[in-house]
Amino acid sequence: MLIASALLVLLMLFAFAVVAGRRDWSHGIVYAGCFVASMALLSAGIEHLGHRDSAPSVVLPFGLPWLKAHFRIDNLSAFFMLVVNLSAAAASAFAVGYSEHLPERARVTPFYPLFLFGMNAVLVADDAFVFLVAWEFMSLASWLLVLSDHEKAENRKAGMVYLTMAAFGTFCLLPCFGLLAGPGGDYTFAAMRLKELGEVPGALVILLVVLGTGSKAGLVPLHAWLPLAHPAAPSHVSALMSGVMTKVALYGMVRVLFDLHGEVGWQWGAGIMVAGGITAVMGVLYAVMQDDMKRLLAYSTVENIGVVVIGLGLAIAFKADGERNLAALALVAALYHVLNHSIFKTLLFMGAGAVMSATGERSLGALGGLLKRMPWTGAAFLVGAAAISALPPLNGFVSEWLVLQALFKGPAMPHWAMKFGVPVVGAFLALAAALAATCFVRAYGIAFLGRPRSAAAARAVDVSFGMKGAMAVLAALCVFLGVVPVTVTNALSHVVEPLTGVSFAVSADLGWPWLSPVSSTRGSYSATVLVMVGLAMFGAAIVLVHRIGTRAIRAADAWDCGHAEDIPETQYTAQSFAQPLRRAFGATIFRARETVEMPEPGDDSPARHRVHMIDPVWTYLYEGIGKAVDALADLVNRLQYLTVRGYLLMMFGTLVLFLLVVAARQP
Amino acid sequence: MLQQFSYDLAHLIGATVLMAGFGMLYQRRIFAVLNTFAFQAFALAAAAAWQAHVQHAPHLYATAAIALVFKALLVPFALHWLVERLGIHRTVETALSIGWTMIVGVALVALSILLVLPVTAKAAALTRESLALAMSVVLLGMLMMITRRNAVTQVVGFMALENGLILAAVSAKGMPLVVEISIAFSVLVAMTLFGIFFFRIRERFDTLDLHYLETYRGDRS
Repeated sequence: MLIASALLVLLMLFAFAVVAGRRDWSHGIVYAGCFVASMALLSAGIEHLGHRDSAPSVVLPFGLPWLKAHFRIDNLSAFFMLVVNLSAAAASAFAVGYSEHLPERARVTPFYPLFLFGMNAVLVADDAFVFLVAWEFMSLASWLLVLSDHEKAENRKAGMVYLTMAAFGTFCLLPCFGLLAGPGGDYTFAAMRLKELGEVPGALVILLVVLGTGSKAGLVPLHAWLPLAHPAAPSHVSALMSGVMTKVALYGMVRVLFDLHGEVGWQWGAGIMVAGGITAVMGVLYAVMQDDMKRLLAYSTVENIGVVVIGLGLAIAFKADGERNLAALALVAALYHVLNHSIFKTLLFMGAGAVMSATGERSLGALGGLLKRMPWTGAAFLVGAAAISALPPLNGFVSEWLVLQALFKGPAMPHWAMKFGVPVVGAFLALAAALAATCFVRAYGIAFLGRPRSAAAARAVDVSFGMKGAMAVLAALCVFLGVVPVTVTNALSHVVEPLTGVSFAVSADLGWPWLSPVSSTRGSYSATVLVMVGLAMFGAAIVLVHRIGTRAIRAADAWDCGHAEDIPETQYTAQSFAQPLRRAFGATIFRARETVEMPEPGDDSPARHRVHMIDPVWTYLYEGIGKAVDALADLVNRLQYLTVRGYLLMMFGTLVLFLLVVAARQP
Repeated sequence: MLQQFSYDLAHLIGATVLMAGFGMLYQRRIFAVLNTFAFQAFALAAAAAWQAHVQHAPHLYATAAIALVFKALLVPFALHWLVERLGIHRTVETALSIGWTMIVGVALVALSILLVLPVTAKAAALTRESLALAMSVVLLGMLMMITRRNAVTQVVGFMALENGLILAAVSAKGMPLVVEISIAFSVLVAMTLFGIFFFRIRERFDTLDLHYLETYRGDRS
């Protein structure tokens, strides 16, 4: 009831924003309304998670004439509803202040509630028709948001690529649900659960759902649209697209692979896990080379989706092998990371948005020294960066640690492929985590530390109260979810229980503050204890320094950090910081080549240092597909210029061919 | 005995229609094609009349009359007039040589017999044979349309195809008259359209060879 009315409010806000979009005061009202609706949906999600039961399916008499619309909320969708609306509420609060500076806000405000509506409707859908319609709502609303600043050619290209990939995703999901429904054509999820799939349709369903939802979530090599489209939208929308919409895609994947599809073989789990590993490493390698702050964050989303997908693949493999406890562990880890990533990615995009609204720049090369001028944003961004780099005691650490713990149990599986494959994926994950830390040290250090690299960065002032508040709440959540991991995993085990079939508490052995996923002797972690001990030692250190340290005063020059002269160009730049990694990894994967052009003696033109890189996915995959489509189109184009007799001949030939087929199939 | 006789006669008339179809493919002169077409339509009218008698379905007499008046008399006459009026080249220009056309035609007849006889295994013998013949006539009409370059012969091929359809319609029991009338009228309309079409082509290009039409499509790259 609460959910339905909140969704209705979102639709009404859309209508209101369309009508009143030209008035300045309307935008604040729309975003405030979105905030209230998101909070209502958030509380509905949390309340449902507390109940541990599945609400009955609600059937509403609209949609296609012979189909009714089915809605239902279970623990899984309640959890994702929490994830979506937590970030949505924060982004709406942020947008109240942020959208004031947007030149194109009249094109943004109406579609924002529609976007929220689409994402929430995907989660409560209980039949394929509603699911796909809501999915398209989400895609198209976000596409319009991507195109809001359509004067720039790069944004138009981003919109085009995004629309193509969204169409591809739905193109995959449509037959996927068709196969799940079978020839009987009952499109409710309840009927799909009961249905036994044959071998070939079952495999096709898995393949199609991984392609369809993977293209939305950003699995390599289907991620190509994501770093183009996410930065093109306004920051509060990019935050939701990157932090939340990719999670809705993962919800679709979990829903089909764990719930609707009866049995998924371990080979599929292994394949999905490897795809996740490659996604994680490739995503972060792209991210570490980026100069554009929002594009860097978008690539980092690709990496984190990879981490989640590793957990999902592992859970499928464990489940297929009957190791249900381990499957539950891997799934808990994946869902925990879903929650964490939605929070810190939203926070980081808001930080990038705050920097953009304060300086007008999103290129790292034009920033620097912002911590002093924007202390709130800087502090919140630091927390987010530390969390996404998986530093304890923040939340990112817990989930990545849990994924690794699940990976360590991989050799328990009976297949040699998995015994050897799982440690490789573990190595990928460790590499990705280390590179992610580098990536965010670079992003934070270049943007917030050092000296300003442009006049705009030097003049920046911190953002308005509402924007700071939204970021501060998310930063506090990053700390909170990291410090009480056991509370979170206990809640998640309720979500996981119907999917893996076991009731499994990750912390069974040692009790509340200790997270000991495998056994009490195999590795356990308690951020609560860690933080308390850390605080105690910190306090003790302060006391000791004050008691024992000398009080004598010594006068000397302040250390100048190696900058004898006050020239910003002598600092590390974003490019120079990434150079070692570019040489180590980029030379093979991106075919990075560096050339130095030295002018001849006597020539006074500047020397140049150029970097040439290719994007292997674009060059080898998408351009190949593009060429194939062109060739095919040329072939089809020839059909336009046949003679009249040629067309008649084709019709006649087709008819005779069909007749021959019918004749040949006679008994 | 009478049953057997009515069967044999229906078969004979249907086969005559089919033979006329082959005859049209064999002709090298346009007037001969038109005459053969008129003969085919006459045979069709006979087939419809005989079916009307055998099935005790008086409405089929109407079909027979329509076939006789329109297809056997009016349409060939109109086409004769058109050819004379326009001074059209009197030979049939073939895209596939006559011998090959006949071989393909025989293959098509074999195909339709192979196809129809097993499919309609449960239907009455009369219907089965006639359906196979009718389908052969349809396919031969199409073959004529694609192997002859001249527009007049294409029109004739189209109407031979219609003849096949009507043959199928009269040999199936209980087909309502409405369908046949509509088919007859569609042929008439088609003839009118083609007539206008001829004049148009003639006005613009001074020939009826479709080949000249094909070079006048502006969007060809």
